[in-house]
Order: sequence, then C-alpha cells, then structure tokens
Amino acid sequence: MSALSRIVSPAASPSPPSAPPEATNRQPPALELCGLSKHFTLGGGLFKRGRTLGAVNEVSLRIPRGQVMGLVGESGCGKSTLAKMLLGLTTPTDGDVLVDGKPLRGADQKALARHIQPIFQDPYSSLNPRKRIEQIVGLPLAIHGLGSPRERSTRVADMLDLVGLPKRAAQQTPGQLSGGQRQRVAIARALIMRPGIVICDEPTSALDVSVQAQILNLLLDLKREFGLTYLFISHDLAVVEHLVDRLAVMYLGRIVEEGTREQIFGNPRHPYTQALLASALTPEPGLGVPDIGLNDAMPDPSNPPPGCPFHPRCPKAEATCLETRPRLEDVGTPGSRVACHFA
Amino acid sequence: MTASNVSSAGPSVPSSSATGPNTKPMALGEIPLPAPVWSRLTRRLFGHRGLTIGLCLVALAVLIAIFAPLLAPHDPYFQDIANRMVPPIWHDKGTWEHVLGTDKLGRDYLSRLLYGTRISLTIGLIAALISGVIGTTLGVLAGYFGGRVDAVISYVITTRLAMPVVLVALALASLTGGSLVTVIVLLGLLLWDRFAVVSRSVTQQLRDAEYIYAARTLGCSRAYILVREILPNITGALIVVITLEMAHAILLEATLSFLGMGVQPPLPSWGLMVAEGKAYMFFQPWVIVIPGVALFLLVLAINLLGDGLRDLNAPGGRN
Repeated sequence: MSALSRIVSPAASPSPPSAPPEATNRQPPALELCGLSKHFTLGGGLFKRGRTLGAVNEVSLRIPRGQVMGLVGESGCGKSTLAKMLLGLTTPTDGDVLVDGKPLRGADQKALARHIQPIFQDPYSSLNPRKRIEQIVGLPLAIHGLGSPRERSTRVADMLDLVGLPKRAAQQTPGQLSGGQRQRVAIARALIMRPGIVICDEPTSALDVSVQAQILNLLLDLKREFGLTYLFISHDLAVVEHLVDRLAVMYLGRIVEEGTREQIFGNPRHPYTQALLASALTPEPGLGVPDIGLNDAMPDPSNPPPGCPFHPRCPKAEATCLETRPRLEDVGTPGSRVACHFA
Repeated sequence: MTASNVSSAGPSVPSSSATGPNTKPMALGEIPLPAPVWSRLTRRLFGHRGLTIGLCLVALAVLIAIFAPLLAPHDPYFQDIANRMVPPIWHDKGTWEHVLGTDKLGRDYLSRLLYGTRISLTIGLIAALISGVIGTTLGVLAGYFGGRVDAVISYVITTRLAMPVVLVALALASLTGGSLVTVIVLLGLLLWDRFAVVSRSVTQQLRDAEYIYAARTLGCSRAYILVREILPNITGALIVVITLEMAHAILLEATLSFLGMGVQPPLPSWGLMVAEGKAYMFFQPWVIVIPGVALFLLVLAINLLGDGLRDLNAPGGRN
C-alpha cells in the first residue's frame, strides 16, 4: 500500500449517478442545510446598537449525492455568504450544515476540506500569482501531508492532464495562463483530494462565453468521472439550465422556490422565478432587454419589507402579502417547494 | 494503486470539452514558451537606465566595502602628524602619496573614505533589516486580522509617526552613549513605520483574495497563510521600502555621527569625517565635500535601485 492510498476519501467511491431516487432516502444526502442563517451587524458603535442584516435566513436544502443543485438569485441575495458558510469560512449565526450526515459546526477544517472544496468565481484572484501551477494544485496534498513529494508531483501531473492542461503548465505561473486555463487549474486544485462535494461559486461568470462552455463541459465530465455532488451558484439561468438536476431560487436571503430543473424551467410557480426566467435574454436580435415587470430595485436587506419580502416588486401582491410571510411549502410533487400565497 | 487509477482515468474521460493536449484546438497553444531565464533577467535589469546606474554604484560600494583592506593605500588609523591637511591630487600641492589628501591628524583621506563604506553599508543594511522585520510583522498582522488587532497596531504606528526620529535617536544615544551597535539598534527600532504602513495596506487588499479563501478552506494554518500566501505577494512593495530605509538609515547615521552621538572616533564614518572637518570647511572645503559627495552618491544609488526594482515589480512592467 503506498502512502498515496490514504488520499482516497470515503466520498471518493461514487454512487452511480443513475441511482434511483429511493437510494437518497436511505443514505444521508451529501449536503443538508438545516435552517441555516447568517446575520451581520452593521454600523454598531460603542453606545449604539448596529442594525442587523440577515444575509441568509433559515435556508434549508437537501442535495442528494451525485446531483447538481443550482442556486440562483440576484447579486446581493446571499448566495456567496451561503457558500462561505458551507466552506467553513464563516460560522453560521443559526442552523447547521450536515456533510454526509455529520454536522459541520465544530468540525475540523481539514476534515471538512476532504469533503467540500470550492471553485471560485474569479480565476485571476483565486490563484496565488507568486506560485507555480504545480505548487498551487499540489497545495492540498502538501497541507494534508499526503504522499511523498514525488507522489504528489505525479498526482498533480495526472490532475492537470485530467482537466486538459498541457504538462508544461505545471512549471508556469498563473500570469502565463489564460482565464480558462486558470479556471482549469482551480478545478484541478479543488478535485485533487477527491472531495465528494464541490461548491461552484459562479465558476464561469468571469470567463468569455466561448470558454464558459468548455469549463461547464469539463465540470460535467468530472462529475460523471468522480460521482461528484455540485452546489452550483450562478446568476445566469442559461448556464444553470445546461447543468443542474435541481434548482433553488434565492431572494433576500431566503429560498423562494425549489424544484427539479424541468419543473422550474417549465412551470415556475413563484412570481420571482417567473420574472427571472422572463429576464433571460432571448437569442433573437432586436428584442432588446425584456421588460420583466419588476418595477422596483431590490429592497435594502438590512430593512426587509414586512410580510412577503418580495411584495414591493410582485405583480400579484395583495393585502395578505403585506402582512404574513408565506412559508416555503411542498406543492404538487414532493421536493418541489415554493414560498408564495398564490402558488 | 491510487496513482495508477488516476492516470488511467485521465485519457478515458469521454468529453466534448477536450481533455488531452492532442485534441485541443483551444487557447492552450498560446502558452508562450519561456525564454531562457538568464537572458530575460538581464534584459529586464539593463533595460531600465536608473536601475542600471543604481545597481552598478551599489555593487561598486559593496565591492569597495568588502575589499577595502586591499584597495586602501594606507592604514586609515595611521596618524602622520608631519603630513596633516595635505590637499587632494587636483590641488596645486596635492601628491600621489595621498590622492584625496589627509585630515587634521594626517590620516589618509582616501583610505578612510573606503573604510567608511563598510560602516555606512553595515548600518544601512542591518538597521533596514531589523526595522523591516518589526514593521512587516506588525503591518501584516494588522492588515490580515483587522478589527482590534488593527486598532492596537495602528495606534502604535501613529505613536511612532508622531515621534521625531532625529530627536529621539539623539536623546537615546546620549543616554546609552554612541557606538556602532547602538546606532544600528536605535535606527532599527525607529525606522519600521513605513514597513508597517505599506505592508498593512497591501495585506488588506490581499486578505479577501480568493486564493486566501482557497487556502483557508484547505485548513492551512494562519501562519502558513501569512508567510507563504501573503508575504511573497508583498515583497515587491517591501523591497522598495527596504532601499528607502537603507538610504534613510545611512543619512541618519551620518547625522548622528556629525552631532557626536553616533559612531565614535576613530572609526572612519563619513558623518564623523564631515564633523571633524567642519572647522576647516572655509579654507579646505574638500574635507567635507569628499565625504559629503560619497554619502550623496551612495544614497542616490540606493534610491535609484529601489525605484528601478519597484518598476520591475509592477504588474504592468513584468513582461
């Protein structure tokens, strides 16, 4: 047994992607968020209390193993804060995350790192410009003390090959690579320890459209190869539609609708989801930016509107919407949830 | 076993996005082949005129300092009372025996000047290194952790900035008595403010870089992140500060020595040479002009070097 065999994490043995849905009921989901909240205090001083900003409010989600869960919403709706909590970069104010059924709260960061790895948005900022690619991709192994230097460098070479980078990239610095190549490096770093779950925080939004498709295809291939579970955060519905199995829509720190890709794209129930889908640019030229009927800008998250947080922008809003906040409840098919009085 | 598993997995990925170098029409071909390292380095170094001049002068000063015993025509401490105040060679009464003349005690001026390079460079380098360690540590800690740590360290920095360096150095030197070691330690403890300010602001910019997040998610220790992820990215800014503070320390040493609180006689410090010659400056101006010019050239050279290094390190000028 080489020392390298220790690298394999338990999550590396993939369940077949075509597993029946019942399987997810028996084994715990890869990632489960239970009433996760993150509140920030703004502008507090010595004598005055700051306002509380609920960046993420009571978010509950189950991501079954081997699936891609999309998370969409406008910028500022709490997507990235959610990602940071999942990665252990900030501690939740309330609620917990279960990784393979084990709570994240109080877990060792290194143990967590074996299960969850990130792919960040900006490949120009996610790679240390002073390190060679070999060091960047091999860093997880080095930090976790896995394998000898020789084994690590073989492993890095294999990984670079897997993400479609030439061998000589190993000796180069990030400054010598293009955006797409850098994102491949970031993917190699995320996957070299064979995590079960990858948090993709807008991994293609900083790339050219032509390169986006290549990176998305690579992500799909690697998911099939390693049986990965993705939480795919994006504001781009076109990207999400290409990739996800399930989709959650976030508004002002809350999930307003969740369902399968077919259900959300085919039959969106929440007015916000409907508006988002209508806002996607159509390929026909000359139509311009569609009018999505959202008259107002997003409300101030530190001072959310009472009742349904979406009511100031909602075309269907009625008196009840101003008073009571709709709960996120199952509608129709199980696992398909929406938070709207009229759904 | 795992390694072989991985390598065999590589080519077998069925993909529409290419995963092997042979199937790749995309941007991968554009990775430039690295030019030979040496020629790239020399081109970068000598393409910058100020840097070239500064580097040559500093290299010259370092060589002089190292080989002073071989270069000096006389013992810098030998007093030849019969040959006091001999003028330099360009003067009517100059002799080749003492190219730059002698001082009031008949010591050979050229030899003292050459040996003085050692003192200036030693003080500049060690004082800048001590203050560099102090200032960078404080600045990086303040910049990375922010909050209370930053508040406390910023307070210390502001306190230090409020103190006039020359006055404090004079006061402390008069308490402890001047000597080479005292001057080095004093300047090292006083000149860290610019290191702290620069490294703090640069670290603040880097703190939220995604590669820092990536390292944190991996479970890297704070020490690792500070030393291995942040420090290499602020060295460019710090190198410039090091050169500035070296020049600063050399000038301050000259000032302190001139005022009698720095390096003590009979050591051949340039500041001391100016001080010892000041009584003669109206009739034999060369006794202060020669060490003054040496001081000016060394400080200028170090500053040119620092400016040049900053230009080379700037992201725009890297290729």
